[in-house]
Amino acid sequence: MPKLDSTRYTILFAAAVCIVCALLVSVSAVGLASRQEENARLYRQKNVLLAAGLVEPGVDLPAAEILRIFDANIDIGLIDLATGAKTEPAGIDPKSYDPRKVRNDPAMSRAAPPNNAGLLRLPNTGVVYYVKGAKGVEQVVLPIEGGGMWGMLSGFIALDRDGNTVRGLTFYEQKETPGLGSEISNPKWQALWRGRKAFDADFSPKLTVIKGIAGPPDKDPHRIDGLSGATITSNAVSKLVGFWFSDKGYGPYLKRFREGTAT
Amino acid sequence: MSVSAALMGKPERHALATPILDNNPIGVQVLGICSALAVTTRLDKALVMAIAVTIVTAFANLAVSLVRNHTPSAIRIIVQLTIIASLVIVVDQFLKAYLFELSLELSVFIGLIITNCIVMGRAEGYAMANPPWLSFLDGIGNGLGYGLVLVLVALARELLGAGRVLNVQVLPLVQDGGWYEPNGLMLLAPSALFIVALLIWALRTWKPALQEKD
Repeated sequence: MPKLDSTRYTILFAAAVCIVCALLVSVSAVGLASRQEENARLYRQKNVLLAAGLVEPGVDLPAAEILRIFDANIDIGLIDLATGAKTEPAGIDPKSYDPRKVRNDPAMSRAAPPNNAGLLRLPNTGVVYYVKGAKGVEQVVLPIEGGGMWGMLSGFIALDRDGNTVRGLTFYEQKETPGLGSEISNPKWQALWRGRKAFDADFSPKLTVIKGIAGPPDKDPHRIDGLSGATITSNAVSKLVGFWFSDKGYGPYLKRFREGTAT
Repeated sequence: MSVSAALMGKPERHALATPILDNNPIGVQVLGICSALAVTTRLDKALVMAIAVTIVTAFANLAVSLVRNHTPSAIRIIVQLTIIASLVIVVDQFLKAYLFELSLELSVFIGLIITNCIVMGRAEGYAMANPPWLSFLDGIGNGLGYGLVLVLVALARELLGAGRVLNVQVLPLVQDGGWYEPNGLMLLAPSALFIVALLIWALRTWKPALQEKD
């Protein structure tokens, strides 16, 4: 069959295959996008609960149950990231607000100050999650993010009422090397953060991921075990946590939170 | 000939059934080992992976077979790859929409179905030479054969490594006050190699016809 081997036919055939396949891929991607976004939003909320210790890692919960626990225990607050003061900007719905999404909107974000956490822009308005208990606010869950080895790391860190003791940490979005850097999503490693102190006596941020093994939280409050084979990821976590607890990140807000003037 | 005989005659049954045991992709063809090591720490992951590979292999075979008489041989491999890659993306999109958390854990391995030697091997080795319906059944059969091994390996690893089956604790662990000391090796990739090797040994002992003559 000489026709099959002609250059003209080969190119036409390749183009036809590409068009059909591209159509298939785009139809499925567009058709399922709304469901996927819904899942991602729910997963974010679940991670707020995970960081706060309100749901156990590894437990599969139906969507309705996650929303119920979230609504029953969490108050969402918006803050002016630069001053740490509470704000209520018009046009932002706290329930659906995701600070990561406004990064490229010049009206809602600004260039980040020089930092080593891989952040280029910061949102003007930050979102914080208060965990309510019998005696008022018991914890605050803060979104954190920074550049990792292959992409951005996004997670939450929960601090106790004292604004210093870590109650939990999660990463809900990361593209680190599977089996090595991706261990930052491992609940066993995340559990090592519980009980550590974010700040020293002068409230400068101290938490770092070290090479090797750290002691128990009461003896070694500022250090966390490194991940073997994942030095770059470990350092990235140190840097992003250091950034967000510094005065460029949540420093001004946490000062108010400790003094009880944040809300 | 009735319709059912035309759809499910002897060659059709043969295409569907032989890859499950007699020509098992992992056990006999020794294809797709890499993903068998990666996704078998838990049974639920292995099941989802097996279903995903079955769907991709079946539909890739079907599509490749449909265009086999029109494909210029110079670009046939890249055509197969384009079809397989598109199907894998579609499967990945469905997982993200309906099994979101599992899709996060399977992470790169769904994308890597593209490089799973079984899919490409069946497209080039079978679908290029056989009609669509037979190729489709061959894809299902190979997916099931792959899935069978995956499920057996995952069952052994999850049970011995964590004392669980499908995330349900069946052997009480020492650390929770039970009697079973979990075997940590089972949760690491090398254990899958040992289990796959034991399965291949068992299969070849059971079916001596599979052993090569020296």
